Amino acid sequence: MMNAQGRPTAPVAANADAPAGITGNRALMLEEPLLFEKGSPDRCGVDLPPVPAVASRLGGLDRHRPIGLAGLAEGEVVRHFTRLSRQNYAIDMGIFPLGSCTMKHNPRLNEKMARLPGFGDIHPLQPQDTVQGALELIHRLADWLCKLTNMPAVSMSPKAGAHGELCGMLAIRAAQEAKGDARSVVLVPESAHGTNPATAAFCGYRVEDIPANAAGRVDLAALKARLGPDVAAVMITNPNTCGLFEPDMIDICAAVHAAGAFVYCDGANFNAIVGKVRPGDLGIDAMHINLHKTFSTPHGGGGPGSGPVVFSAALAPFAPLPFVEHQHGRFELIEEEQAHASAAHDHSFGRMVAFHGQMGMYVRALAYIMSHGADGLRQVAEDAVLNANYILARCKDVMSAPFGDSGPCMHEALFSDDFLEGTGVSTLDFAKAMIDEGFHPMTMYFPLVVHGAMLIEPTETESRANLDQLIEVLRGLALAAKAGDSARFAAAPYHAPRARLDETLAARKPVLSWREPAPAAAAE
Amino acid sequence: MRYLPLTPDDRRDMLRVIGASDIDALFRDVPEAARLPGPIAGLPHHMPEMLVERELGALAAKNVPAGAGPFFVGCGAYKHHVPASVDHLIQRGEFLTSYTPYQPEIAQGTLQYLFEFQTQVARLLAMEVANASMYDGSTAMTEALFMGRRVTRRKKYLLSGGTHPHYVSVAETLTRFTDDEVVSFEPALTPGAPGDDLAALIEAIDGETAAVVVQNPNLFGHVADLSELAAAAHAKGALLIAVVTEVVSLGAIRAPGEMGADIVVGEGQSIGNGLNFGGPYLGLFATREKYMRQMPGRLCGETVDANGKRGFVLTLSTREQHIRREKATSNICTNSGLCALAFTIHMSLLGEKGLRHLAELNHARAVQVAERLAAIPGVSLMNDHFFNEFTVMLPISGRPALRAMAEMGVLGGVSLGRLYPARADLDHGMVIAVTETVSDDDIDKLDKALRELVK
Repeated sequence: MMNAQGRPTAPVAANADAPAGITGNRALMLEEPLLFEKGSPDRCGVDLPPVPAVASRLGGLDRHRPIGLAGLAEGEVVRHFTRLSRQNYAIDMGIFPLGSCTMKHNPRLNEKMARLPGFGDIHPLQPQDTVQGALELIHRLADWLCKLTNMPAVSMSPKAGAHGELCGMLAIRAAQEAKGDARSVVLVPESAHGTNPATAAFCGYRVEDIPANAAGRVDLAALKARLGPDVAAVMITNPNTCGLFEPDMIDICAAVHAAGAFVYCDGANFNAIVGKVRPGDLGIDAMHINLHKTFSTPHGGGGPGSGPVVFSAALAPFAPLPFVEHQHGRFELIEEEQAHASAAHDHSFGRMVAFHGQMGMYVRALAYIMSHGADGLRQVAEDAVLNANYILARCKDVMSAPFGDSGPCMHEALFSDDFLEGTGVSTLDFAKAMIDEGFHPMTMYFPLVVHGAMLIEPTETESRANLDQLIEVLRGLALAAKAGDSARFAAAPYHAPRARLDETLAARKPVLSWREPAPAAAAE
Repeated sequence: MRYLPLTPDDRRDMLRVIGASDIDALFRDVPEAARLPGPIAGLPHHMPEMLVERELGALAAKNVPAGAGPFFVGCGAYKHHVPASVDHLIQRGEFLTSYTPYQPEIAQGTLQYLFEFQTQVARLLAMEVANASMYDGSTAMTEALFMGRRVTRRKKYLLSGGTHPHYVSVAETLTRFTDDEVVSFEPALTPGAPGDDLAALIEAIDGETAAVVVQNPNLFGHVADLSELAAAAHAKGALLIAVVTEVVSLGAIRAPGEMGADIVVGEGQSIGNGLNFGGPYLGLFATREKYMRQMPGRLCGETVDANGKRGFVLTLSTREQHIRREKATSNICTNSGLCALAFTIHMSLLGEKGLRHLAELNHARAVQVAERLAAIPGVSLMNDHFFNEFTVMLPISGRPALRAMAEMGVLGGVSLGRLYPARADLDHGMVIAVTETVSDDDIDKLDKALRELVK
């Protein structure tokens, strides 16, 4: 049956080469209809107590029309979502080398801790005396983030890395306006993370690019030449998205400060240097820390994450509400501007979110930090960097590593598609062929600094055997492409739950929710 | 170190393959002045699992969980029963430990549930299209303001007095450095219908207004018909943005989409997700199809694969940071995927019938509690119409009353003094939330505690 867009309204057999069986499935390849195609409005998977008889006080606003929700019995729900889960690749199944995304092992202890009723089942507006342990936990994590970065203040509430970035840039803007120094331009190097220009624009700044030099770093001379009284801030990602450390960072920060501007550092890649380098020692004014990347929270198909922001002394007074203070043997949540003006944050620019940020992620981050300790976090950064350099060293003879000769990489190895030139195989084809080999592909076409980029981040939780297996696949595919075996790449993947999906169709004729198919009779 | 698989021999061999003398050779781009010689002071040494568990368990034990006794705290976060199968299913590794579905061929599990989620949310809010979730209700509301600006090319927003004050603060913060104008109405403590003055709001709409924002049920628990407000906004070329912080209410009361709203945002925590002290939560965002391309956030769309099979992909992402990044509609680059999954699973368990039953149960329980409390001498019920939350005025200040109730083992509500510190006239007000988890015994204990305090 077809829908209005002329697309099939029900799944077809997993193995299209063979005739579909009664179930439409082949062995363990399970197809699963949408729950709206299985469920019905009068089926229910929960048993609720009866409703006491009272006179309604809804004011005549009762919802009469059908909502259109489908229900299933509990066992059917379990089966539906279990079948769906099997169409996903995940870090629990194998290496997930997405550069800049940091897919590392997710310890289950952290999950268990976050679900303790004392953390998972407390309300953000309970009396503060009933949540002293939670406030103590936030205070301790905040203190440790300050120690790890050598920065005097931290705002815990931002809900994701990009949200933290916004928080940091708002603090910069507030600090400059407080000085009566309105500046209009933010400089963003080409090697910065993807969200940076959008964030700066969102704060009302005009964005200008600073080019990368031949070694994939910020062009220091170009940056210095552009600094002036109109520049509010420079947003730098360090280690940058080429996977490289900015060796001139101290000089960059000094030059930016001399020009009366601030340095925002995108801390998305902090896991490469945690315990080895403190951003405060480099001269950075604000940096968000993706707790989910550096200190591990499962990515859950896209989120949630958490993006606390550390601030220099110059920006600390402008940090957003709320924050936790320890005074007179008690932890206090400062959430009001007027009533409790705190000396440490007396120019707070306001509130970023309704409540206090991502408690669930704080618990996981603290559990991760405690499990590793100061000694282990250092080892985390070292192993992440070692693993990336090992991949770079073992692949650069058959793949193209544009910055491979300009020194070691940090926690991710960047390749370009130069080695595929003339083979008819693109970065996309190469990545899709990795799926047939049982691997999740690397980050593709990002960063934009090199052509056909492939950015590989192994993280510290991969063993040498796992890396060797990935390396063999990368080398094998590179050699196959060069040998002219283009058929292997042309329509890959061949063995995934789906062949290549038509993204153009999805964008040109967007279908974002399920509609009942037209009755067959009407279609004739 | 139990999470790190490399052995000292591995590290030595790998350094040899790389051609580095030691690990610090790999950090040679770090300026000498910024290199730390050893572990950072002030953090513990690494700890075995058993000790981490003991220490965090001790911290958790210092808190009073909602499940420990009578609990009536709401105002934007609600204690509902979440069926055991929800948390079990979201902990399947293939969901829990997967990433943003950038490779759709091997992420159909995530993509299909996002498509199901979008369908459920659009229907629940009575809108045509929904996105794949945002950080939380407050940030979703602010994104709705910016979308209102894109649609109407105007920049003034009217925020009703019944909007959650924290949501209002977020909107004020995020528009602070734009030339947008946020007009926040003060809540009016009108007996019968506390919170909003819809007539004043209608009066204020003019040709500069991009959008009117109204929460329903509002912070004070009052439910209102938004149809007139929608008509007034439309007559002046403005949009109506409706905010729902208690989505279970939509199983009982008419959805904002049925009352003419153009954008509906919400906090989805109530379905499938725990309280978590404020996060992670789940922002819902839905609108009319004609505004689809102005909608922020991540979207999952249906398509076909090369063999003609139905499949799902992330779509319309050019509005995000992929190209012309400084022109992006927002800087968001994620969604609350796992919270959306919990929502989808819980909603599939409930179905239409279960959601309606749950909503009726919440309402009936709340009516019972409201009537009990209204009978206490000196306590007055402010609401005529409400869903599962209502406001009472006490003869005493709310904040100390709540602390005293907590001492008696009852977490009694949210004091308006905490939410509106500058409004002395609200100091005696308390918002009380009642869900299906409240038992008869809980009601008795709340009643007793309150009588004790006000006598």
